[in-house]
Amino acid sequence: MTKRSPTTRPRRALRAAAAALGGGALLLATACGGGGGDGEVTLTIDTFGVMGYEALIERFEEEHGIQVEERNITDVADYTPQLQQNIASGSGAGDVVAIEEANIAQFMLQQDAFVDLAEHGAADLEGDFLDWKWDQGVAPDGRIVGLGTDIGGLGMCYDTELFGEAGLPTDREEVGELWPTWDDYAATGEEFTEADTGAAFMSTVQPLFRVVTAQAGGEPFQNTEGELVIEDTPTTREAYDTVTSMTGLSAALPIWSDEWNAAIQDNAFATMPCPAWMLGHIENTAGEAGEGRWDVAAVPGGGGNWGGSFLAVPTQSEHPEEAAELAKFLTSPEGQLGAWEEANTLPSSPEALESPEVTEFTRPYFNDAPVGAIFGATAMELEPVYYGPDTQAVDDAFRAGLESVEQGQATADEAWETAVAESERAAG
Amino acid sequence: MTAPTRAPRDARRGAGHGTGRGPDRAARLRATLDTKAAPYAFITPFFLLFGVFGLFPLLYTVWVSLHDWSLIGGNEGFVGLDNYAVLLGDAKFWNALLNTLGIFAIAVVPQLLAALLLADALNRIVRGRGLLQITLIIPYVTSIAAMAIVFSTLFGTEYGMINQVLGLFGIDPVNWRGGRLSSWTAIAVMVDWRWTGYNTLIYLAAMQAVPKDLYEAAALDGASALRRFWQITIPMMRPTILFTVIISTIGQMQLFTEPAVFDTGGAMAGGNQGQFQTVMMLVFQEAFRYGNYGYGAAVSWVLFLVIVVLGLINVLLTGRIKGAT
Repeated sequence: MTKRSPTTRPRRALRAAAAALGGGALLLATACGGGGGDGEVTLTIDTFGVMGYEALIERFEEEHGIQVEERNITDVADYTPQLQQNIASGSGAGDVVAIEEANIAQFMLQQDAFVDLAEHGAADLEGDFLDWKWDQGVAPDGRIVGLGTDIGGLGMCYDTELFGEAGLPTDREEVGELWPTWDDYAATGEEFTEADTGAAFMSTVQPLFRVVTAQAGGEPFQNTEGELVIEDTPTTREAYDTVTSMTGLSAALPIWSDEWNAAIQDNAFATMPCPAWMLGHIENTAGEAGEGRWDVAAVPGGGGNWGGSFLAVPTQSEHPEEAAELAKFLTSPEGQLGAWEEANTLPSSPEALESPEVTEFTRPYFNDAPVGAIFGATAMELEPVYYGPDTQAVDDAFRAGLESVEQGQATADEAWETAVAESERAAG
Repeated sequence: MTAPTRAPRDARRGAGHGTGRGPDRAARLRATLDTKAAPYAFITPFFLLFGVFGLFPLLYTVWVSLHDWSLIGGNEGFVGLDNYAVLLGDAKFWNALLNTLGIFAIAVVPQLLAALLLADALNRIVRGRGLLQITLIIPYVTSIAAMAIVFSTLFGTEYGMINQVLGLFGIDPVNWRGGRLSSWTAIAVMVDWRWTGYNTLIYLAAMQAVPKDLYEAAALDGASALRRFWQITIPMMRPTILFTVIISTIGQMQLFTEPAVFDTGGAMAGGNQGQFQTVMMLVFQEAFRYGNYGYGAAVSWVLFLVIVVLGLINVLLTGRIKGAT
C-alpha cells in the first residue's frame, strides 16, 4: 500500500508544476523581486513495510503546502541497517524516519542525532498514546525521540477447515476458549495431532518465543543500561521452556522462507500467531483459494504485541519544524485511523483503538472476523516491555536456536547455551 | 587511441630528415615522452581508482582492526593486537574457516576437473561449438540473486524438487540447510553451476593454443589419446591451470552470496548452528549485524593472509606439474 502506484507520481509532478506556475504568476502579479521567498519546502519520509500513509501524505501536502516524498523499503531487515548508517554518518536519512519497535533502543543510544520533539509541542501529546508505547519512544533523560505509529496487537490465526477435520470447534469464540493459556494451546495441539489430518499444528515454534516473552513484560533480554539479562530474567527461560515443549507440534519450517510460504498455500499447518500486519501476508500468500479458510481467535496467554513502529526526526533534517509537524500529524489519533483504514496497521492511540472505525471493523477474507476488536483488546491488556539496543541480534540468535531444536539438531539446553553466547557476542 | 596522434608526428619527423635539417630537440623529447611516459599516463586512472577504492580501504582496515571500533560509537580506543588474539581462540572463526575450506574443496576440485573434461570434449567438436560455448557461459551472466532463488527452491526440505525426486527412489527427504555436509553440497552445486562454464572457456582457449604438430608427432610415436592428454595438453596448459586455480581460490575463500542467499533470515548466521557460515559471512555479521567493526576488520585481514598462503601453496604445487614432465 505504501508502495506508490505509478499513477501517483505524475499526478504529484503535475501538481508541483501547477504550484510552480501559480507561484510564478503571483510573483509577476505583485512585481516583487524581494529574494523570491524561501521557496517550497520538500520533506522526505523513510518508511518500511506497509505504513498506509499515501492518502494522509496527500492531505498533509494540501493543508500545509509542503511537498512530501515517501521512500519505502519493504523489508525492515534491509531498512534498519541502512538507516543506522545514515544516522551514524550524519547524512542521507529522511526528514522523518520510521523506526521499528525492536530497534528503537539502538537509536536511543544516539539520541543526540534526533530532534527532541518536545521542542515542537509533542510533550502535550502523551495522552494520545498507550502508556507503554509512549514510554518506548522517550529517552531515559526525557528527550522525546519517537512518536508511536502502529502496534502489533496479537490474535491467533487458525485454519477452520483443518480444525473441522480434526473434530475441534471452528467458531472463533469457542476456539479462543480452548486456549486461555499456552499449556491449553499445547494440549489443543496434541488433540489436533492425534486426529491425524496430515497437517501440523503450527509452522514453527520460533515466533512464539517473542510473543510469550512480550506477554511477561519487563526486560526480557537487556536492561535499560544495555546489559544482557537473559539469564537473570526467569520469565525469559520460562518462555523458552514453554515454547520448546511444543516442538513436537511444529512443521519446523523457518518463518518467511519459501518453504513456509509454500506451506501456507498447501494448508500444511493449522495455527499461526497473527499480529495485525500478518493478516495481509496470509491474504496475499494463500490467495483466493484460502479465502474464508483462515479465521482469527484470541491469542493464548492474554494480551500480546509483536512489532509496531515510531516516527522520529533526525537532527540532520534541514526542516525540523515542518518534519516534526508531519510526524505529529501522522501519529495523531486521526492520522493513525487514516493508516488503519488504508493498511490495517493497528493504532497505538487509545482514542483511535476505541473508535468505531476500529472496533467495528471486520475483515471479509477471514470470515468477517472482527479483527479490530480482537487486536485492540490485546493491546489494551499489554504489559510494557523494554527492548534493548541489541534486540534484533538476540532475536536472530534465539531464532536460530529454536530452529535447531525443532529440526532436531540440538537439545533445548544446548540451543539455549548457543543463543545466550551469541547474544553476548552481539551485546559485547 | 594513440595511432592517429602518432602517425602525423612520425610524418613530420620524416619530413625534417627529408629537408636535411637536424632533428628537432623538442620533437624528440615529445617522442620520448610519448613512448616512455604515455603508457604510464594511460594506466594512471586505474591506479588512482585502485588507490581510492582498493588500497586505501585495505590499509584503513588494518587501522580499524587495531581498535575497539563500533558503528555507533566509532573509534573507542586502541587495543593493539587484541582483536587478533581473540580471533585465534574464537571457535566461530575456526568453524567459519573450516566451512569455507570444506565448501572450497567439494566445489572447486570437481569444478576444475569437469571444466577440463568439457573443454577437451569441446576441443574435439567442430560443428556447433560456438553455440555450446554460449550455453556454457549463460550461468555466469545470469543474475546471482535469480539463481539463488531457484536453487533455494530446489533445495527445500518439504517442497523442494530435489527431495521429491529423491523420494521417488525411496530416499528420505534431506534437510539441506540443516546438516553440515548437506548444506556444503548444496552450496557447492550453486557455485559449480555458475563457474564451471567460465573455466571451461578459459581451458578451451588454452587448448586451442597448443601446437597441433605436437599431437601429430606423439600420435606417430604411438602415444594413446589419454597419454597425449596427460603429457601434452596438461603440461602445455600449466599457466592457465595455475591461473584458474588461483582465481578460484581467491573467489572461493571470499564465498558470500551463495551461502547468504541460501540461508533463511538475514542474520548471516549460515544456518541455525553456523554449519555453513563462511568467513565473509562472519565478517559481515560481526561488522554490520553486531556493530563490531574492529573485530570484523581483523577477521577480514586474517582471511587475506590465508588467501596469500593458499596462493603460495598453489604456486608451489602447480610448479611440480612442470617438474614432473
